[in-house]
Formats: sequence, structure tokens, C-alpha cells
Amino acid sequence: MRLVIRDDYDEVTNYVANYVKERIRQFNPTTENPFVIGLPTGSSPVSVYKVLVEMYKAGEINFENVVTFNMDEYVGLPRDHPESYHSFMWKNLFMHVNIKPENVHILDGNAPDLDEECKKFEAEIARVGGIELFLGGIGPDGHIAFNEPGSSLTSRTRVKTLAYETIIANARFFDGDVSKVPKLALTVGVATVMDAREVLVIITGAHKAIALANCIEGGVNHMWTVSAIQMHPKGLIVCDEDATLELHVKTVKYFKSIEHVHQSLIGPENLSLQGGVKQLRKVVVSSRSQTPLNGPYEE
Amino acid sequence: MEPKGKITKIVNGRILLDHKIVEDSYIWIQDGKIIDAFHSFFDNHQEPDTIIDAQGCIISPGYIDLQINGAFGYDFSEVDGPIEKLTQNIEFVAKGLLQFGCTSFCPTVVTSAPQVYSKVLPLLRHRPGNAQTGAEILGAHCEGPFISTAKKGAHDQTMIQSADDGIESLDRAYGPELLKGDTVRIMTVAPEITGILQVIPQLVQRNITVSLGHSAAKIDQAEAGVSAGATFMTHLFNAMNPFHQRDPGLVGILGASDLPAPKQPERHPLPSSTSPDGNRPDPRPFYGIICDGVHVHPNSVRIAYYSHPRGCVLVTDALAGAYLQPGIYQLGGRDVEVRGASGAYVKGTDTLAGSTVSIDHCVRNFKNFTRCTVVEALEAATLHPAQTLGIQDTKGTLNAGADADILFLNDDLEIQKVFVRGVQIELQ
Repeated sequence: MRLVIRDDYDEVTNYVANYVKERIRQFNPTTENPFVIGLPTGSSPVSVYKVLVEMYKAGEINFENVVTFNMDEYVGLPRDHPESYHSFMWKNLFMHVNIKPENVHILDGNAPDLDEECKKFEAEIARVGGIELFLGGIGPDGHIAFNEPGSSLTSRTRVKTLAYETIIANARFFDGDVSKVPKLALTVGVATVMDAREVLVIITGAHKAIALANCIEGGVNHMWTVSAIQMHPKGLIVCDEDATLELHVKTVKYFKSIEHVHQSLIGPENLSLQGGVKQLRKVVVSSRSQTPLNGPYEE
Repeated sequence: MEPKGKITKIVNGRILLDHKIVEDSYIWIQDGKIIDAFHSFFDNHQEPDTIIDAQGCIISPGYIDLQINGAFGYDFSEVDGPIEKLTQNIEFVAKGLLQFGCTSFCPTVVTSAPQVYSKVLPLLRHRPGNAQTGAEILGAHCEGPFISTAKKGAHDQTMIQSADDGIESLDRAYGPELLKGDTVRIMTVAPEITGILQVIPQLVQRNITVSLGHSAAKIDQAEAGVSAGATFMTHLFNAMNPFHQRDPGLVGILGASDLPAPKQPERHPLPSSTSPDGNRPDPRPFYGIICDGVHVHPNSVRIAYYSHPRGCVLVTDALAGAYLQPGIYQLGGRDVEVRGASGAYVKGTDTLAGSTVSIDHCVRNFKNFTRCTVVEALEAATLHPAQTLGIQDTKGTLNAGADADILFLNDDLEIQKVFVRGVQIELQ
């Protein structure tokens, strides 16, 4: 697992947006081989989407061959309700960029057969060849998507009843009235996310610190479902300083040191976007003595 | 599901939406209407077929002119000649107005004989706008003959009359078109004229916006007119008693504080900081005002505006001579002298007969005179006139469901592009 720590929320946002941009660019998607990305909703990705939209307007990123699968959607909320996840994605991303409507997949919380809807969603993911990169956030109780504490770590897309803590957390979008918050949602499963070839979890804020600590320093367990990332070959967590407040000092120092080592000993030219290392940086030992006239030049 | 038309998306504009200028939004047009693309995206899997880059322009709804007597040499009250010729003339004006950002208007007919109304009113029925045939005709504005002789301005005194027989007097004067819902949209009357106060509620029932003007009414008579159901005022300050500190007359309506709750709240202005109740529509009516800098002194415009900002409606009161070279032209059968940009006068006098200003020029003047915001200046020529006629769902707005009558403006509010029902017209 990689843990990238940045100073604050804005730096995390920029890192994630740049990472997504670079991943798509290096993948070089085509119609036959599109870039399949899993997308979250909520306060963490809102700013990431804002930066992605700016990048699109500046011509730095192209969504023509990007296929998206959203993590979740409320059950029973009209699709055009201002708080539905369809509305969220439209307002924050889809209306601004050149993504094709047929490449967008969001679970339909008003489907006549919810189980069938979930099965179709999984089948569609398989049909396009699986998800290349799944972005996600984390709840204060360590859940990913709506996989509340107690969700099986091998779960797939299904109907979930929301935990009370989640309903309270979401009430702020429904005039502060818990009775207006939907109680059921369709969500991708823990395994659906972990099946992606890469998982990137965005964790910011002091209120997520305990969740982050339990998910990476505790064991893999279903009470903190993001902990499943420990079993993923390509997991990446991007967090701010505040979110590290409950981690051991040793953990934080270790992950920060990795970046320092990569910069000085390996060099960006030898480092791949997803963390692969080609070789150490060449440092040429010169036979000439080190004087100002001979310089300490690298050759 | 029948196939839907192509979608056009306008990007990179600063859009007037919800009383604000919004930068990170877009406009989608389909089949001549502004749509909410959310549904075409998710329900129909439809993407925009064309993208128009507004290059940072301000995007406004098309301007609406509720008082215009003619232009380009043609006068709506002039009925000599065959119907075909008159229809052609009207269409010529409708086309020409598009060049100035006017996408909807109410052709105005001044005080005339019954034969004139019966001939011309059928030609002024509501007709949708079209890039080929011109701006939308919303219906006629009948200015007179039930007005005050003392405040006739350039109107023909011999045709001025009172409503001695109530609504029958009006039906006789205007003919059968008065009963048709989409022909006469606005009628200017003087509330002190016999029988008018009783007639106003009946006119309102026929879906006619009643406007007070060309009147010597004192403040009590003026307020009675509003209480009876008038929701508009015709060119504030002109053809009415000047403001007097003890009897403010029609102008004094702007300072009215105990008008009754409106009978048609949706046809009254939104509340502003000067409204009696911040949560209810303003009981005061809308008021037209001519911002050519000649009919009303800029200071007077500013005073009126700040006493009643959300009721302000910019009108041109342009006449046949508008957009023509200086000279002598006809207005309602009388000779009128055009003195270039400074307006038009009854020949041989200094009585104003009408203006030669265009609506987009009024918007720019208005903003300079009052130092109001861009939003306020644009709404005075779009949202407020639409509200006056009760058509703000489809006109004067860029919300989904509105007709795609759209202007691109630069920062000085000069016209860059004009769209009528989603089709761009060529600007000369």
C-alpha cells in the first residue's frame, strides 16, 4: 500500500486530480480500450472534480473514452432530486466535460427489481473489462461506499440499509432532517472495489483520523471495511496531515521518508506513476578532483 | 418516442440565472427551447451536437419591448393600404428589431378611430418569433383612446373618449379583437376618465394587462386604479402630472405604502428592500420608463429606480422614424419631426412624440444613469417585462422551459450575437 501524505485538503485534491489525469494520459484510452474509472460522491471528491473540470477546460484531459461506474445511489429518491447521486455527478462533473452518456453508469435506485439492477451493474463492469482505477472516500466509521461496519469483505453490488451514523452524517444535505434521508441505498461491494486494478482512497480531516488508523494499522476486518485495501496489490491512500493524527509516529515517518528517498535516490525519471522503480539514479563518480573548476557536475 | 432535435450547448459564457451572473454553468438548446440537459443525458443518452463558445460574453435573455409604435418608417397605427402590405410592414419591423436584441415586442397602437383598430388589431395577434420572420409579436399594446385630453401628448384629441357605457364603450371602440385572449395584451387607460375604474377588473379578466398612463390623475385616483387591478404604468413621468410634494399623482404610486394586497400576485414585482413585505409580491405595479436620456432626465430615472427597483421595465416608445435619417414622418396620422438621436417631436412644437432609441441602448443608458448592476439592468429589459405580461416561464429568462431567445453581450452590454428560438441571426 502507498500512503501519500500532503499538508492540507487542497494539496490532496491537486495530487489526486493530477494522478487521475496522468493515469488516463499514460493509459491512452481508445474506443476499443477505454479507461474505466470508479467514482465516489461526497465532500472529498467534490474538489477533485472541480480541478478535473478546470483541467478539461484547459485542454489537459479528455473524457471521450473514459467509462465511469459510480459507487452508489439512494433507493427511492427520484433520479432528478437535487440530492440524488445522479444530480451530484451531473452538477459536479458530467455537465462540464465531454463524457459520453452511454459511458456513464450509475445504479438506478428506482429500478423495479433492485437485485437485478445490482447484478446488471456487476455484469456491465465485467463486460468492459473491469475497473482500471477506483476512487473512493472513507466514512468516519471506516466504510467504503455504503459498505457499513459488518459488511462482508467479499461483498458485491447489493442493496444496503444505511447505518444510523451515516444517516446522521447525510442529514446535512436534507435540511438537517434525519427523517428525509433515504434509509436504503444500492452500493458496490467491498470486493467490487477491490477487484479494480488500482484503488485510490482519499482521506482528509481530523474526523477521519481514527478510521484511517484502524484501516491501515489494525487488522483486516469487516468493522472497518476500508481495511480490505491491505489485501490489494495496488492500494493508494492520499491523506492530509490532520487525517494522520491517530497514526503511530513511526508509520507517518516511514511513508514520508519513502517519498524523500524516491526523490533523491531514484529520481522522477526512474519512477513510474504507479510506484514502479526502474533503477537507482545514476550518480557518476568522476576521476577528476572536486574543485570549483571541475564542478560537482553529474554526467 | 419521437426523435428529438439536435442539442446545442453554449459554453464559456457568464449567464444571467436566478438574479445572478453565473460562470460555471451552460445553456442547452433543443427544438427552440432551453432545456435541462440532465434528462437528455441520463434518460435519452443524448450529447450536445454543437458546442458554441461564448468567449466570455455575458449571456442574457432576449430583450422585450412593451411599448413601440413603429420603426424603419413603418407605423403600427397607419392602416392605409392593403392587408398584405401592412403585414409585410409589420414583419419588416419585427425583423429589424432583432438587430438590437429585441426578440419579443408589443406593437403599440395610439389613440385611433374604430376602423383603424378593427383593421390592424387582427394583424397584431400573438405570433411566435423566428429567425426568418423576426421578433415575437406578443400582442398589441393599445395606448388610448380612453385617456386624458390634458395629457394626450401627440395623440389625436378628436378620438379620445370616456367609457360612459362601461365595457361596451371599449368593445365598440376596439372591435371584436378585444374579446380574443391573445390580441390585446396591454391597454393604457387614465383612471380618472369616467367609467374606467369599473372597467379595469373586466379587462383584467380578459387577460389584458391594464396600464395607467396619459393621465392627469391625482394620487388618490392613481392608487384607485392600482387597487382596481392595474399592474403597469405607461412611460413613467411622461404624459402624467409632474411630481408635486402634496399631490404626487401617478408618479406617487412608487411611494405608495398601503395599497391592498394584489389580486394577481404573480403579475406584481418581486419584493425588494423598498417593498412593504419582504416575503410577498410588491403591491405596487410595474412601470415602463423611457431611457433615451431625453424623455426622462437621468436623475429622475435614478430616483424612480431606487424607490422601486424590481418594478422597473425599460421601454423604447420608439416611433416610425426610429432608425431612419432625421426628417418628417407620420405617427397616428400626424406629422412628426425626427431630430436624430434626440428623439421625435410633434412638428412645429417641442412636444415629445416618441423616441428613436433602441432597447439595447436603453439598457446601457439605464445602467449608466442608475449605476445599477449588470443583473439589474438586464432584468429591467427581460424578466420584468415578462412578469408584467405573466409570461416569465417562457420569456425573459434562461431557465429550462424558456424559449431560446438569447443574447451574447460584451462587458459594455453591446450586442455580439442574437439567437431567436435557438437560431442565430446575422447581425449587420
